[in-house]
Amino acid sequence: MQFLGSRNDPDDFVLVTTVNFEKIVEMGNPISQAKIFQAQMADELIFIDLSVYKGEYQRAASLEILDKAARNIFLPLTIGGGVGSVEDIRTFLNHGADKVAINTKIIENPDLLRKASLKFGASTVVASIDYRVELDGNRYVYSQAGQAKQSFSPLEWAQECEKLGAGEILLTCINNDGLREGLDIPTIREVSDAVNIPVIAAGGCGLARHFSEGFTEGNADAVSAGTFFCFQDQNIMQTRSHVHNAGVNVRIRT
Amino acid sequence: MIGIVDYGMGNLLSVKNILDYLGEDNFVCHDPGDLARADRIILPGIGGFPDCVRALHENGFVAALNEAVLTQKKPIMGICLGMQVMARCGHEFEKVAGLGWFDAEVVNINTVNDRIKIPNVGWEEIQLNKNSPLFKRLPAKSDFYLVHSFFMKFDDDNAPEIDASYEVEGVKITAAVRKGNIFATQFHPEKSSDLGMTIMENFIDWQPAI
Repeated sequence: MQFLGSRNDPDDFVLVTTVNFEKIVEMGNPISQAKIFQAQMADELIFIDLSVYKGEYQRAASLEILDKAARNIFLPLTIGGGVGSVEDIRTFLNHGADKVAINTKIIENPDLLRKASLKFGASTVVASIDYRVELDGNRYVYSQAGQAKQSFSPLEWAQECEKLGAGEILLTCINNDGLREGLDIPTIREVSDAVNIPVIAAGGCGLARHFSEGFTEGNADAVSAGTFFCFQDQNIMQTRSHVHNAGVNVRIRT
Repeated sequence: MIGIVDYGMGNLLSVKNILDYLGEDNFVCHDPGDLARADRIILPGIGGFPDCVRALHENGFVAALNEAVLTQKKPIMGICLGMQVMARCGHEFEKVAGLGWFDAEVVNINTVNDRIKIPNVGWEEIQLNKNSPLFKRLPAKSDFYLVHSFFMKFDDDNAPEIDASYEVEGVKITAAVRKGNIFATQFHPEKSSDLGMTIMENFIDWQPAI
């Protein structure tokens, strides 16, 4: 669940979806949507504050959304966007987050990941990795919400993040983001097979089948989606049923 | 009135939030003396066993908890590390004595089976004791969210105190324990949506036979 100051009122943070990390579509109130996701049996919710690189960052707005979510949603909550220090992590945990997702700041300062993992436990720290696939098939990690190209591949960076103490990898393909044409299975499989920590695959789900492919062909431990659930009248319960019936062990009882 | 024990370890907020959501009076006990005002107690906890026990001692909570729970028989619920510290000892980093309310030891999951990925994070299908008053209105197999590398191991895998368990790689992992007025879960009811909320409601209504 990505959020950002609305274009009509930058102080009003709204739920948005993105296409290729560029086109931004404003959806509505993040907490109302989060309540629907909880009612439809989501396993976990990941909140990402996009305002850090796409708008005017307001820590208070992030914390307000987190506070409201924690008072209404009784699921594991992850927050990302604007996590730059051990103190920041403490602040987010104190406002109801169970985990933090960090992307740009651990690329700039890998020691932050090591310190965060030692301090709060590996299970509290999610390494978020965004990447693009180029025409020649090479893949490169990007930081700053898709704006800054790095010299290394998602596979290399995922392995490094595991060594530094990440508890999970959130792997997002920028090319597929918001297109609803399916996940980038080859990269998901390559990364999932190379690390011993859970990989959450993201970017591109448009059909329930794309979720089960993430598990059965991509060997992902989890699949995450924003556009898929926000845009169409897609029900998490129906999606879960499809994944279950494709032979993947997911919880189906409420 | 439910007292939530604050000894500097762990996420009290999510426990407080779910009690507020259920409309149940609660307060955070910063001081051992606060336990006198509580008729029920929740002992949360996240972190390492030795730090947790040390924090309980340093804040003077050990004597106060023993008084409230063992002498006054107030119902108590431990969550995650708050369950583990109720064991006689823990083996995280070093061997450290716990509260000793359960005749069990807290051991690393990998000492029993090293193929299990730790920390074990996520939802597990948990087998509940269907006669337990804490699991009223729940299916015998229910999914709950947990995050742990250590678990409370009894000498006897079928110890009567074990109220719930789950299996991974053939290992039976203790998921909840109950003895008299003491109940505790390894999983997080406050993070397990509707089913977790039912457990919280059951704890609020629980009248243990003493």
